[in-house]
Amino acid sequence: MTVIERREVALVDLLDRLLAGGVVITGDITLRIADVDLVRIDLNALISSVNAQVPSPWEELL
Amino acid sequence: MIGLRYVYAVCRPFGTPLQAQLAGVAGDPPRLLHHHGLVAVVSHVPERDFAEEPLRRHLEDLDWLTGTVRAHQSVIDALTVVTTPLPLRLGTVFRDDSGVRVMIEEREESFRRTLDRLQDRVEWGVKVYAETPAPDRAEPAETPARPVSGRDYLRQRRQSVRSHEEMWQQAEAFATRLHETLSGYAEDARLHAPQNPTLSGASGKNILNAAYLVPRGESEEFVEMVDRTKGELPGMRVELTGPWAAYSFAGEEQQP
Repeated sequence: MTVIERREVALVDLLDRLLAGGVVITGDITLRIADVDLVRIDLNALISSVNAQVPSPWEELL
Repeated sequence: MIGLRYVYAVCRPFGTPLQAQLAGVAGDPPRLLHHHGLVAVVSHVPERDFAEEPLRRHLEDLDWLTGTVRAHQSVIDALTVVTTPLPLRLGTVFRDDSGVRVMIEEREESFRRTLDRLQDRVEWGVKVYAETPAPDRAEPAETPARPVSGRDYLRQRRQSVRSHEEMWQQAEAFATRLHETLSGYAEDARLHAPQNPTLSGASGKNILNAAYLVPRGESEEFVEMVDRTKGELPGMRVELTGPWAAYSFAGEEQQP
């Protein structure tokens, strides 16, 4: 089925899709942390946590 | 109440069983909740991690986020093998099964329309990086270490700036042309924000981060089209990811 062999998917590519894509469902019935720009907020937090944790290359964190 | 309901995706009913040993978010193997001729793919997750407040906190925890994102993706991947899932945004959580059913009822028509639009389509990601040298190192090799006069210095400086600008113009033109070509072939396209190099660890500047919706059967041709552009322009790196479930095309309704 897959045309190319699947390598380990990079976290950033996943975040582009899982935090910015997908159907957004809001309303009383969900507990979703709705109405915030997930990507902005969390990536900023992540970037600072990366800076705090690393010197190592990103892949080694995973 | 035992746990909350984490919903990965909505699909049409499918005959083939999901791959066994799928851990799922919070280690709870995904279950299928049938309602009104649609299927919600659901895990039972603990309130202590997935209620609003803890979930918000967790999302800023890199290890937790990585684990959850990968678990979510592995379920969507498994679904993609047996059907065309309509993925939901990460962290869509309901109080109980009846909350999930109400959600399906409320959005039934929209789900069906979107599922029809995405049927047998996959998403391909294409990123372009420009590996241009830093401005300082863009100076021509013959540049003397110390300019003889202010005028020479300015001339050299202008030359350097100009060649740097030209590189960027070329890079942009390349990315624009590639995006136009691929958009012309794909059914739909989305631009994501360029990736932050701190997060991606990638070298070069990310100047295109796009997603393309392509019929599964035409994917091979699409991949070849992307492959042909690799090495077309020195200093440009083209990266392909996928096939993905159509995450980037699930969000908005499009009238045909």
